[in-house]
Amino acid sequence: MKKVVRGFYSIAHSVKLCKPNVIAAYPITPQTEIVENLAKMYSNGELGDCEYVTAESEFGAASILVGASAAGARTFTATCSQGLVLMSEVLLNAAGMRLPIVIVNTNRALSAPLSIWNDHQDSMLLRDGGLIQIHVETNQEAHDMVPLAFKVAENPRVMLPFMVNMDGFKLTHAYEPVDLLDQEIVDSFLPPYEPPVYMTTKNPLTFGSYAPPHCYAEFRVTLQNAMMRALDEIEKAYKDWAEITGRYWGGHAVGEYTDDAELVVVSMGSLTGMVRDVVNEMRREGKKVGLLKLRTFRPFPVKEVRNALKNANKILVFERAVSFGYEGPVGIEVKSAIFGFTPEFYSFAVGLGGRDVPREEIVKIIGDVYEGKVEQGFHFGTIKEFEEVVV
Amino acid sequence: MVIRITLGGISKPHSSKSMKTGDWGTEFPIVDEEKCTACRACEHLCPDGCIVVVEKGEKKVAVPDYDYCKGCGVCFTACPADAIRMELKDIYKLDVC
Amino acid sequence: MSFFGPGHGACPGCGLTIATRNVLEALEGKCFVSNSTGCLEIVSSQYERSAWGVPYIHSLFENAAAVAAGIELALKALKRTDEGKVVVFAGDGATADIGIGPLSGMLDRNHDVIYICLDNEAYQNTGNQQSGLTPTGSNTTTMPAGELMPGKTGRKKDMISIAVGHGIPYVATATVAFYADLRRKVKKAAEIEGAKYIQIHTPCVTGWGIDGKQTLESARLAFETALYPIIEYENGELTKVRKIKDRKPVEEYLRIQRRFRHLFKHPKGQEIIRILQKIADDNAAKFNLDV
Ligand SMILES: Cc1ncc(C[n+]2csc(CCOP(=O)(O)OP(=O)(O)O)c2C)c(N)n1
Ligand code: SF4
Ligand code: SF4
Ligand SMILES: [Mg+2]
Repeated sequence: MKKVVRGFYSIAHSVKLCKPNVIAAYPITPQTEIVENLAKMYSNGELGDCEYVTAESEFGAASILVGASAAGARTFTATCSQGLVLMSEVLLNAAGMRLPIVIVNTNRALSAPLSIWNDHQDSMLLRDGGLIQIHVETNQEAHDMVPLAFKVAENPRVMLPFMVNMDGFKLTHAYEPVDLLDQEIVDSFLPPYEPPVYMTTKNPLTFGSYAPPHCYAEFRVTLQNAMMRALDEIEKAYKDWAEITGRYWGGHAVGEYTDDAELVVVSMGSLTGMVRDVVNEMRREGKKVGLLKLRTFRPFPVKEVRNALKNANKILVFERAVSFGYEGPVGIEVKSAIFGFTPEFYSFAVGLGGRDVPREEIVKIIGDVYEGKVEQGFHFGTIKEFEEVVV
Repeated sequence: MVIRITLGGISKPHSSKSMKTGDWGTEFPIVDEEKCTACRACEHLCPDGCIVVVEKGEKKVAVPDYDYCKGCGVCFTACPADAIRMELKDIYKLDVC
Repeated sequence: MSFFGPGHGACPGCGLTIATRNVLEALEGKCFVSNSTGCLEIVSSQYERSAWGVPYIHSLFENAAAVAAGIELALKALKRTDEGKVVVFAGDGATADIGIGPLSGMLDRNHDVIYICLDNEAYQNTGNQQSGLTPTGSNTTTMPAGELMPGKTGRKKDMISIAVGHGIPYVATATVAFYADLRRKVKKAAEIEGAKYIQIHTPCVTGWGIDGKQTLESARLAFETALYPIIEYENGELTKVRKIKDRKPVEEYLRIQRRFRHLFKHPKGQEIIRILQKIADDNAAKFNLDV
């Protein structure tokens, strides 16, 4: 049933249909409305046997889910920014413990200075943590990704935390038409969670052992292997999803006009819509530009990225975060994925801390790169003239 | 040798049994079975769970498990009947000339 | 049937494992354990060398209370509460310092969890560093007794009042010196619905500088000097105290431990001993400990 809803509702609705056993909540803008909507559902008795708990912090919320997941529960929380950073110790631990917790991260900038607005600085911090991370472009995509996240996370070949990233405010608070799933569809796609192993007095196992040097490395190999297997399992889940809903999300990285494009623009998240628009317009003008929409960030889809970029003379990455002291984090990944190719490489950090990215800015950056008017390397997008002073 | 790597490092219960800690200590407890009243104070207080009251013939008495006993002396101090004494292991009985 | 050990790696005479074994026995092994990083965890949960005979989880240093809350919620949601009680074992550092936030949240939400604080009065796993529950005058590696400093100058945090302040149904102290009392309290806690906090005095042979033969003696002296009152609160009311016959001067407790030995020669030592004696006297008065 298509309905105009806000992004946070599209998530809450979808979470409900996934029938989680334990939801831990802690407020942070612009995520709060997700857990508030879930709270309303809980309060109205719409969440079945689910336990909804208000934690004392994001750190506590994530920790609650570690215990719940280890005991065999399907678990969910949402957070972003400072909350995600506060959770990070727990989430990395959950990855190593192979607990399939699902998190929605409503991407928001990091302090300082404090900013409640959108960029991708928060999720980038967890790049190396062993969490599956995908980024969505629309609220329909966000809505669909929740059942998919549970399905992949809980797949016995995977067993990893799964983080769905959606842009704070830009998506969470946007009104968009969303084809809201119904229970039968989700039930047919996502069976109840059957943990391969869980805490029970019937089989009193020890979870969270520490590993001495003689076996630690092997555990990290199994974590890497699970991540790599997730690449296949995500693809399979997309296909199953398409069969059931008719919506195919196109895989880890979706190329448009990449076969003959001289310049391929790489984008991740909600900015992609506008970038696509500009690319299409330039195409109509006969300019050989293409788009690579990156959906899966971890595990990184090297094969798809290489394949989409193999013919490009120029690559331009729109960054939504900075790896301070180097360049934009997506560009770093893309460059390493195309090792051996020698295109010109450009990256632009835009929309930091919720700065509006006007269409003209995108048009100008792509146009300038296409016409060879900018130097290769990393740039900040439109930045005001400023003078650096102490006070 | 192939090692087993479980999901997230899950371990089997009581797998510490393979660690024989009996050679840690310099002393070991000896139970005077005559004096032992089988009150279980030592059993409850041994940090290593390695002294247990068992039936021995007519009587119930405390029996240390020297495979694991660390010779800490807690049982010796816990025994209300003074039935446990600690003795130095032979290898530590050095002749000092 | 033993629920813990043997073959674990605790120092000979360690108080933690005495307490742990008694708690598990009192619960007849019908429990889920959430354990913070620390000595107990390290000595008992090495991969493929687990000493545990009950379902056990270790996640982090500061989140054992929240992990336990999660287990409790999962058991409720999955209708498996009859499987057993949820128990936390956490060190004094994990409890009173780094994990006090998650602990407060768990107590505040009144989860059906028995929280056991294993109080060995310092960060012992990392080698005897000062914690909030380190007593005044104790020599630790992060506040060592030196020319100027007499060890810890602050006081031992009153976690009991903090726990009681959360309005939970049951709060108690216990000690390895009186295992029957300890077991009774755990059994009682298991009967009560809601959050329970039990702080157990557990000597650390290595950090305190004692011998295994002094483990029980030091624990007993802590009680007999009134430095570690053994008390019980139900629904916020002090319901039971363990009375002391012929209360001993604190020196008797201090003298047998290396961590306090400097107090007998340090220029500020007598002042610290006076402060400790005052703490003991105040405890005796507050809880009416003397017979
Ligand atoms: C976040 C974090 N900080 C520090 C440590 C290091 N650390 C591990 S155990 C420990 C001390 C534990 O002290 P306590 O909780 O009192 O338990 P004990 O070992 O004394 O029983 C410390 C400091 C850690 N594991 N995690
Ligand atoms: S000496 Fe210590 S380890 Fe050995 S049986 Fe006695 S209490 Fe147990
Ligand atoms: S250092 Fe102390 S607390 Fe840790 S195992 Fe040894 S005696 Fe026990
Ligand atoms: Mg400690």
